[in-house]
Amino acid sequence: MRRILSSSYLGILLVMLYAPILIIIVFSFTEAKVLGNWTGFSLKLYTSLFEGGVHHSLTSALWNTLIIGLSAAVVSTLLGTMAAIGIFNLSSRQQKAVQLVNSIPILNPDIITAISLFLLFVSLGISQGYTTVILAHVTFCTPYVVLSVLPRLRRMNPSLYEAALDLGATPFLALRKVMLPELKPGMISGFILAFTLSIDDFVVTLFTIGNEGLETISTYIYADARKGGLTPELRPLSAIIFITVLVLLILINQRTAKKTNMKTI
Amino acid sequence: MQQKPDTSIITVQHLSHAFGGKTVLKDINLSIGKGEFVTILGPSGCGKTTLMRLIGGFLKAMEGKITIAGKDMTNTPPHLRPVNTVFQRYALFPHLNVFGNIAFGLNLKKLTQEEIKKRVMHVLKIVTMTDYEERDVDTLSGGQQQRVAIARAIVNEPEVLLLDEPLAALDLKMRKDMQMEIKAMHKKLGISFVYVTHDQEEALTLSDRIVVMREGEIQQIGTPAQIYNEPENSFVADFIGESNILNGIMIKDRFVEFAGHQFECVDKGFGLHEPVDVVIRPEDIYIFEKLEAAQFTGKVTSSIFKGVHYEMMVTTPEGFEFMIQDYNSFDVGQTVGMLVKPFDIQVMKKERLCNTFEGTVIDKSHIRFLGNNFKCDEAQRYESGASVKVSVDFRNVILHDNEEDGMLSGSVSFILYKGDHYHLTVLTEGDEHIFADTNDIWDDGDRVGISISPDTIQVAND
Repeated sequence: MRRILSSSYLGILLVMLYAPILIIIVFSFTEAKVLGNWTGFSLKLYTSLFEGGVHHSLTSALWNTLIIGLSAAVVSTLLGTMAAIGIFNLSSRQQKAVQLVNSIPILNPDIITAISLFLLFVSLGISQGYTTVILAHVTFCTPYVVLSVLPRLRRMNPSLYEAALDLGATPFLALRKVMLPELKPGMISGFILAFTLSIDDFVVTLFTIGNEGLETISTYIYADARKGGLTPELRPLSAIIFITVLVLLILINQRTAKKTNMKTI
Repeated sequence: MQQKPDTSIITVQHLSHAFGGKTVLKDINLSIGKGEFVTILGPSGCGKTTLMRLIGGFLKAMEGKITIAGKDMTNTPPHLRPVNTVFQRYALFPHLNVFGNIAFGLNLKKLTQEEIKKRVMHVLKIVTMTDYEERDVDTLSGGQQQRVAIARAIVNEPEVLLLDEPLAALDLKMRKDMQMEIKAMHKKLGISFVYVTHDQEEALTLSDRIVVMREGEIQQIGTPAQIYNEPENSFVADFIGESNILNGIMIKDRFVEFAGHQFECVDKGFGLHEPVDVVIRPEDIYIFEKLEAAQFTGKVTSSIFKGVHYEMMVTTPEGFEFMIQDYNSFDVGQTVGMLVKPFDIQVMKKERLCNTFEGTVIDKSHIRFLGNNFKCDEAQRYESGASVKVSVDFRNVILHDNEEDGMLSGSVSFILYKGDHYHLTVLTEGDEHIFADTNDIWDDGDRVGISISPDTIQVAND
């Protein structure tokens, strides 16, 4: 009895969590303009998503999102890793202080970050567009990279760097050949985190994107929704994004599971 | 034991170092010969690892000079020094396999792949790890990781190999095997080994010469036999092996009195009736039933079988306790006779006879020393403000369980059993040493309060 109860509780929980996504996926295979009407199975929304014409702006928003996300993730991974190494080598008191400063952007409400960045760009006279969005995303992604690289540094044997020097590596080579490979897992998770945060972001993007017609998915959907009604093509788009993320997640999990298995042998 | 300059590979001159104002090395002078196996031995916190890191270049020397292979390398960064290090926790690169780890230094030297492969295979043979080159380093056992760490260092053909407590993480059996292997490797390679350890038995087994350190200072440098048989002070005698250390008085040349008896010995050159420390190794005391042949007698209080020998504690009627190791067992409670041969008695100069401090007279009843104002009867004989020498007998330093009960507080940093009492070294909050004789049992690191009674503080003009 208890088992049935506990498993049905879990079942209900999972259904509640995934119901919205499931509905979107199911209704991406029909043509109806309004969500909820089933007008028979069709792949028309999928084909029209990738055709030019009316929905051209949606695909270009998708590309913009990816480009912004990737550049922001690359830049913040580099900056964050360097910062983490710097922080790690400070005295423990300075470390605490810098870590506090590092956590402020994480806890700060998005809207505050957005407005202050907007004001900063305006006062510096930087015309808003790609550059400002990427800069803005880098500012809120970097602290997360620092947080994912630091534990890796703490777990690392402190003699590794010295061992590399001892074997004749210059400080730069020791960093590249020993430190970076050691920090790689932390850097990869920091990169993924930064990428998803960037794709996910709406508030900061809205304030820094300017009015030159640049759109990301989030601002596109927002504008679309305000014009009245969501484009039906959003349904297949969401489905594709969800499935891609799911596949990626399964792949990553399998890889780490394989690695830990190897270690235990 | 100073080496001639042309045969020494490392010379350390007047080397001092401090961390955050706390001195960890004081004026170290040392020279290490070509092909020599030198062990730096001392308890934890004695500065031995700091000394090694200074030689390796991982720390910048604050004062002094380090010469390696005839060149001044005091400020040379580690990657340009002709030394390689085996680190305490091996520090193998986890992202590289055994081959990659060993080839790391060679790759940096831009050797051909063929040459690299040849040299890696060669050192793998030396450390008996052939066929392991493709293995991941974290699939290796501790002993195997140790071998790879050594191989990774010696493949670069350094002039000196530094080893920082390389066997500390291994179990006893493995450690013994590795000791023999390291010794054999040293012989085969013909390069100098500088070995850092806190394990005296390891140091005696491996080294050509041992450097005994304590609190940043070298206590003695010598061959294992010299260090064991002729310790220069009571710290060395106590740290290396088991020993009976007693207060004695040099009656005249070749004649010493301790434990209430007079003994013939081989030491001379001390002053008449000079107080000395006497060391007798537990295996050097002969123990037997016939009392008439004995120099002194005592009663067995405990007897423990240690495998090869019995370890017995014997108390003499005068109240001195001796540790004796003998192949024969004597019953607890039995009265036994004992004898010590003259050359088995090691007589050492005392480092100090009482506590001495620099002090200033505050007023008629107070003297300031050790950063505190002490009540003192003798102060009335001196002007206020005068600088004086204060001395306090070891017996007159009173230790309290509660730190608050003392005028000063400190922690016990070294305990020496003198047969009938303990000689304690206490490190005060102000980083000064106070020495105390006591019959109470304290532990290393115990926090104590310290006080001195006003009538036992002796004052003399500076």
